[in-house]
Amino acid sequence: MVVFGIDLVLLIPALMISATPVLLAAIGEAIVEKSGVLNLGVEGMMIIGAVIGFIIAVNTQIPIYGFLCAAIAGALLSIIFAVLTQFMMSNQVATGLGLTMVGLGLSALIGKPYEGIKSPTLTKFEIPFLSDIPILGPMFFSHDAIVYLSILVVAVVALIVNKTRWGLVLRAVGENQEAAHALGYKVVRIRFIAIMFGGAMAGLGGAYISLARVPQWTEGMTAGAGWIALALVVFASWKPWRVLIGAYLFGGITVLQLNLQAIGVAIPVEILSMSPYLVTIVVLVGISLFGHHTAPGSLARPFHASQ
Amino acid sequence: MAEVLLQLNGISKSFPGVKANENISFEINSGEIHALLGENGAGKSTLVKMIYGLMQPDSGNMKLVSENFRPSEPSKARQSGIAMVFQHFSLFDALNVAENIALGMENPPKINDLSQKIETVSKSYGLPLDPKRLVGQLSAGERQRVEIIRCLLQNPKLLIMDEPTSVLTPNEVTTLFETLLRLKKEGKSILYISHKLEEIREICDFATILRNGEKVGSCTPKNTSAKKIGEMMVGKSFSSPSRKNRTFGEELIKVSNLSVHSKDFFGTSLSNINFSVRVGEILGIGGVAGNGQDEFLGALSGETKTSPKTITLLDRHIGHLRPNQRRELGLRAAPEERLGHAAAPAMSLVENTLMTSHSKDVIDKWGIINFKNISTKTSRIVSEFDVRTPTLDNTAASLSGGNLQKFVIGREILEKPKVFVVNQPTWGVDAAAAAFIRQSILNLASQKSAVIVISQDLDELFEICDTFAVLTNGYMSRIYELGHLSSEDVGLLMGGSDLDLDSHAQT
Repeated sequence: MVVFGIDLVLLIPALMISATPVLLAAIGEAIVEKSGVLNLGVEGMMIIGAVIGFIIAVNTQIPIYGFLCAAIAGALLSIIFAVLTQFMMSNQVATGLGLTMVGLGLSALIGKPYEGIKSPTLTKFEIPFLSDIPILGPMFFSHDAIVYLSILVVAVVALIVNKTRWGLVLRAVGENQEAAHALGYKVVRIRFIAIMFGGAMAGLGGAYISLARVPQWTEGMTAGAGWIALALVVFASWKPWRVLIGAYLFGGITVLQLNLQAIGVAIPVEILSMSPYLVTIVVLVGISLFGHHTAPGSLARPFHASQ
Repeated sequence: MAEVLLQLNGISKSFPGVKANENISFEINSGEIHALLGENGAGKSTLVKMIYGLMQPDSGNMKLVSENFRPSEPSKARQSGIAMVFQHFSLFDALNVAENIALGMENPPKINDLSQKIETVSKSYGLPLDPKRLVGQLSAGERQRVEIIRCLLQNPKLLIMDEPTSVLTPNEVTTLFETLLRLKKEGKSILYISHKLEEIREICDFATILRNGEKVGSCTPKNTSAKKIGEMMVGKSFSSPSRKNRTFGEELIKVSNLSVHSKDFFGTSLSNINFSVRVGEILGIGGVAGNGQDEFLGALSGETKTSPKTITLLDRHIGHLRPNQRRELGLRAAPEERLGHAAAPAMSLVENTLMTSHSKDVIDKWGIINFKNISTKTSRIVSEFDVRTPTLDNTAASLSGGNLQKFVIGREILEKPKVFVVNQPTWGVDAAAAAFIRQSILNLASQKSAVIVISQDLDELFEICDTFAVLTNGYMSRIYELGHLSSEDVGLLMGGSDLDLDSHAQT
C-alpha cells in the first residue's frame, strides 16, 4: 500500500517501533503528574534503563531480563527523586533536572565497556491469524512483545485512572492535596508509588531503545526522548489514550523524516524534531486561552502534612 | 436526659512551641446540637481533627457510646459513625459531584448506583444536587450540600460542622438550619463549630467554649446573652467601633458601565456596573464570594485594565492606568488573599511595605531603594496598627492571619489614600483585631477619604457602612442607604431581586 510514494506497510511498523520508548515513558509520567508531581528526570531514568537493560541483556543473552532490570533500575533512580521531593521537600523542578544530569553521567560511566557490542534482540511475536491478514497483518500484528505491552499498559492505565477507585484517589491527590489529606488519603505514599511507576516505565522505554530500536549502546543515546515524553503528557492533556496518539504522531518523527527525504520532500530534520515541543506550546496556549481545566490542580506543589 | 454519645476526658495536644489543647473534657449527647465556640487559634480545629482521626491526642481519652475511641485515621472515625463537613479544602474542583462524594465514603457503591442515591437522598433533605456536575462550577452553598450529602450517605451518629455558615447567603443558612434540626430529630448529634454567637443561640442546645487551647466554660446558649458568651470567648471586653458623624462631600470616584470578562475558568464576569462614592462615605458591597468580588477589586485596583472612561477619580479617567499609577493618584486596594496577593509570603515586612510604596523618599530617581526610609515606614505601620512581630525582617508568612491583615490594611491606610478599596477586611481574623481594623476604616473615612468595603460578613457591613449594594453573579444592585434596609431586604438583594425602595436609592 503506497501513499505519496511512501510504503505504509513499511512505515507504520517503523513508526510504532520508534514511538514505543516515548510512549512508555510518557504514560508513566502521565501517572506521576496525575498524582500532582512533576518529575523532569524522565530523560535520566530512560538512559539508566537503556544502559542497565543493555548490560543485563548482553551478559545473560536474554533480552527480557534486560527489560525487567531496566524497569527496576528506573524505579530505583526515581526513588531518589521521591525521597528528596516527598520527604525532604526539595524543589521538584530542580530535583528532576538534577536526576536527568545524574542519569546521563552515570550511564556514560557504567556503559563505557559496552560500547560497540551488539545486544541480543527480541524476536517478533506474530499474532496467530491476525498477522496473516494482508497489509494489516504486517502493519499492526507482527511486532515484538514490548510494543504490544506498551499498548496494553496504556489500556490498563486508562482503565485504572478513569474507572477504578484507585484512579479516583490518584486524581484526587493530584487535584487537591489538602482536601485529599483531610479525607484521610495518604498523599505522600500515593505519590511515592506513582513516581516509582513513572520511573519503571521510563526505564523500560529506555531499554527498548538500546535493545530493540538501535540494538547497541552509545553514550547519550536517548537523545531527548525523555523530553518528548514530558511534552507529550501536556499535549495529551493528561489523558492516557491521547498519550498513545501523541506518541505515534511525534515519536516516529525521525522515521517519517527519512521517508520524506526518500520521496524528495526536503523538510529539515531540525524542524521535524522541534515539532513535538512547538505543538506542546500551542496546546498550552490553547489550554490557558480557552480555559479547559485539565492540568492537575496540585501539580508540582510541595505537600507536607503539617497543616 | 438523653444518653451520652461522645465523651472527651482530659484531651491534650501540643505542637512544638504551642499547646493547642490542654486538658479538655466535655460530653455530647445523642440528638444534641453541641456548639464548640472560640476565637481563631483557640484550638477548635485541633480538637476536632483528633475526633476525626486526623491527629492523635498526646494524653486523655475519648469514649464513643461508652467504648474507648481513638481513631488512628479518618477512615476509622468514619467507620465508627463520625462524619465531618469541612470549612475549606475537602472538595475537588475538577471532579464531579458523585466522584467527590465517593472519595469521602468508606465503601462507595458503583458510581451509577451512587448517583441515583445522591439524587434521592439530596431531594429528600431538600438539598437537590446533580451528581454529574463538576464541583468547580457550583456555588458555595451547593458545594456545602455536596459535603453534607457525602456525610449523610454514611448514616453518621455524629456530624461535625466546621463554620458551616461562613460562606452562605441568609436564605441558604435558613435551609441549612432546617436540615440540621431535621437531623437532630432523627437522633443524630451535631458538633457545630462557629464564632457567630447569634446563630449558635438560635440553633444549639449546649455550648463548650475554648480559649487559648483550654475549656473556659460551657453554657446553654439560649439562656445566655451573646455579650456574656462573647466575653468568655475573648477573655476581655473590647469596644465596638464608634462611628463619628461624617458629612458626605463631593464625588471622589465614579464607575460607569464597568464590564469585565473573567479570565478564570471558574470566575465570574462583571456586567455593566455603575456607582459612585463620595468624600467621607463608606460603601459596602455584600454578596457571597464568587459573585464577582475578586474581578471587581481587580478592576478598581488596576490589575485588570478597562477603557479610560469606566473609572473616574476626581474628574480624571483612570480605567487604563496600572496599579502603581493609580496608587500615585490616591486609589489603593487591599485584596482578600493576604498571603500571595496582598503580601509576598517569603519576603520580609520591610520588603512587603515597598511593594505598594513608590514615593520619592523610598525609591530615588535612579531606582535605588532607600532602606532606611522604608524601614521607618514599616515600623510606623507596625506600631500604629499594633502588628505583633518579633522584628521587621520577619517574613509575611510567619505572621498570624490577624497580624498580617493589620499590616496589609495599615500599609495602605498610612499612605492616606483618597479612595480605599478592601475585600474581606476581617476574614479569619480574631474579634479584637477585627474591631481594630473596622475602627481604622471608619477613621480613614472621617479624614475625607472614600472607602469601598467588599465583605461577606453582613454584620460587619451593617456596622461600618453608610451605603450598601450587592454583587450577584457579576451584576451590582442599586445602592441603598444602609439605615433603611432590614436583613430580609439584604437577603432578597443577594438572591438577585431588586427592592422597591426607590425613595432610599442614592441618586
